[in-house]
Amino acid sequence: MASQAPADSTSPPGVPSPAIETDHLRREYGEVVAVNDLALTVDRGVIFGLLGPNGAGKSTTIKMLTTLLPPTRGSARVAGFDVVRDAAEVRRRIGYVPQLLSADGGLTGRENLTLSAKLYRLPRPERGERIRAALAFMELEAAADHLVRTYSGGMIRRLELAQAMLHQPQVLFLDEPTIGLDPVARLAVWERLRDLRGRGGITILLTTHDMEEADELCDHLVIMHQGVVALAGRPADLKARVGEGATLDDVFIRSVGGAIGEGGSYRDVRRLRSTARRLG
Amino acid sequence: MTYVGSAALPGGSASRAPVRDFLGQTLAIAEVEVRKLARDPTELATRAVQPVLWLLVFGQVFGRLHAIPTGDLSYIEFMAPGVLAQGVLFSAIFYGIAVIWERDLGIVHKLLVSPAARATLVLGKALAAGIRGLPQAVIIFVLAAFLHVRLDFRPASLLGVAALVMLGSATFSTFSLVVACVVKTRERFMGIGQVLTMPLFFASNAIYPLELMPGWLRVIARVNPLTYLVDGLRATMISHGSSRFGLGLDYLVGLGLLTVLVLVAARLYPGLAR
Repeated sequence: MASQAPADSTSPPGVPSPAIETDHLRREYGEVVAVNDLALTVDRGVIFGLLGPNGAGKSTTIKMLTTLLPPTRGSARVAGFDVVRDAAEVRRRIGYVPQLLSADGGLTGRENLTLSAKLYRLPRPERGERIRAALAFMELEAAADHLVRTYSGGMIRRLELAQAMLHQPQVLFLDEPTIGLDPVARLAVWERLRDLRGRGGITILLTTHDMEEADELCDHLVIMHQGVVALAGRPADLKARVGEGATLDDVFIRSVGGAIGEGGSYRDVRRLRSTARRLG
Repeated sequence: MTYVGSAALPGGSASRAPVRDFLGQTLAIAEVEVRKLARDPTELATRAVQPVLWLLVFGQVFGRLHAIPTGDLSYIEFMAPGVLAQGVLFSAIFYGIAVIWERDLGIVHKLLVSPAARATLVLGKALAAGIRGLPQAVIIFVLAAFLHVRLDFRPASLLGVAALVMLGSATFSTFSLVVACVVKTRERFMGIGQVLTMPLFFASNAIYPLELMPGWLRVIARVNPLTYLVDGLRATMISHGSSRFGLGLDYLVGLGLLTVLVLVAARLYPGLAR
């Protein structure tokens, strides 16, 4: 049976706080420990960045938090529900844009959204209006009835965001949301994410390799390295710790070391390049 | 767009009509597959080539030999249902490659993060595969009529053929999905698909009766689900055809196997996203 997390005194009734909480979270793949003893707390209404080199454990963490992968040990709660015991309740309350290109190219934008609306059981009378509003928010109305395979990379990412937020989730997970996008398309995605944060009611957890993106968007950052948290804090505080004029690149290099990284599997690299190629 | 947060939505609570939701989500998955097929029907034409060759070349030549005892049926009448079943098998057995493709694209991940039950995702795909099998049945019916096969055009029989074709397509495509969930890569899947199809076809009653087989092969044919699909089609499609095992058993084998495979596939499907 699902159990609701207690709301704190500042939370609206029934809304759990924090949005994400992990406790000694660990995932092993055979001998390899991808995520080790991870303790994260993500407050509601923030954009939270998960950074780290290839193989740091970011994608594994997102997979565990989105119920795609069971933890080997430890626990995690998303929107107040345990990701293992209450996986169905978690799924109803989250949106997810995978790093891979997940919109179906053989369908139109509207059909992709309609499929999401049906899978999330949005009531039939509301579906049309929700889809129309999502298309308008993502500025995709003119292309709504074109096949997605004719879309540009930026349009596909905006459609995927529209799909992920159609059911108005409490927590939105974005795995490398702007990978492979040109600067204009990247800015358009950033604007939509800032808009979403401005409207309140949603927590966004994103992974990125783009330090500029992390600096621009994130209220709070965690830099992971070899499956553990290497550094955590607000972007401005992290930069100040390194010194005047420091950038997040400097923070990143200092926290994970300057040596050429050897993390990330062949499959990770193939997936990353494949996504970049498709979107580019 | 006004953002209200999911706590206020029906989607954010447990379902009050689980059966209706299950059916709705299953049909939603099936519908998008059928839409995609309707937009690109070239696949249907290419799928028809092999069965047409079997009927026109193999059927015509072996029919003239009179070497295979087929009772009251001409050889071409005997093999027409077998060729239809073979077409169903050959098309459905490679269905899993599309699922591996969806995995590589990230579509599987997104489906699995949705609150839809795993069984609806699998059953929706099985239903779509069932519908995909129907145009093939129409092509083989037309060709068989052209070759003077005495077909049964009564509405109940036509519905029976459609039901069996859908059942066979759904069963073999779900089997293919299970294989895809286990092997996970296109290269491995193609190898296994090639290895499976021919033995299933030749160890069945599709193009020769069980009586001609050596004992060991007959045992394999009796546990081969394709044999029961062919048997059902032979009784339903041909105007004076009959079932050796009984139509009830033919349907029971198909439905039973489909149920088991859907349950297994629903269990394995989440593994595609790991």
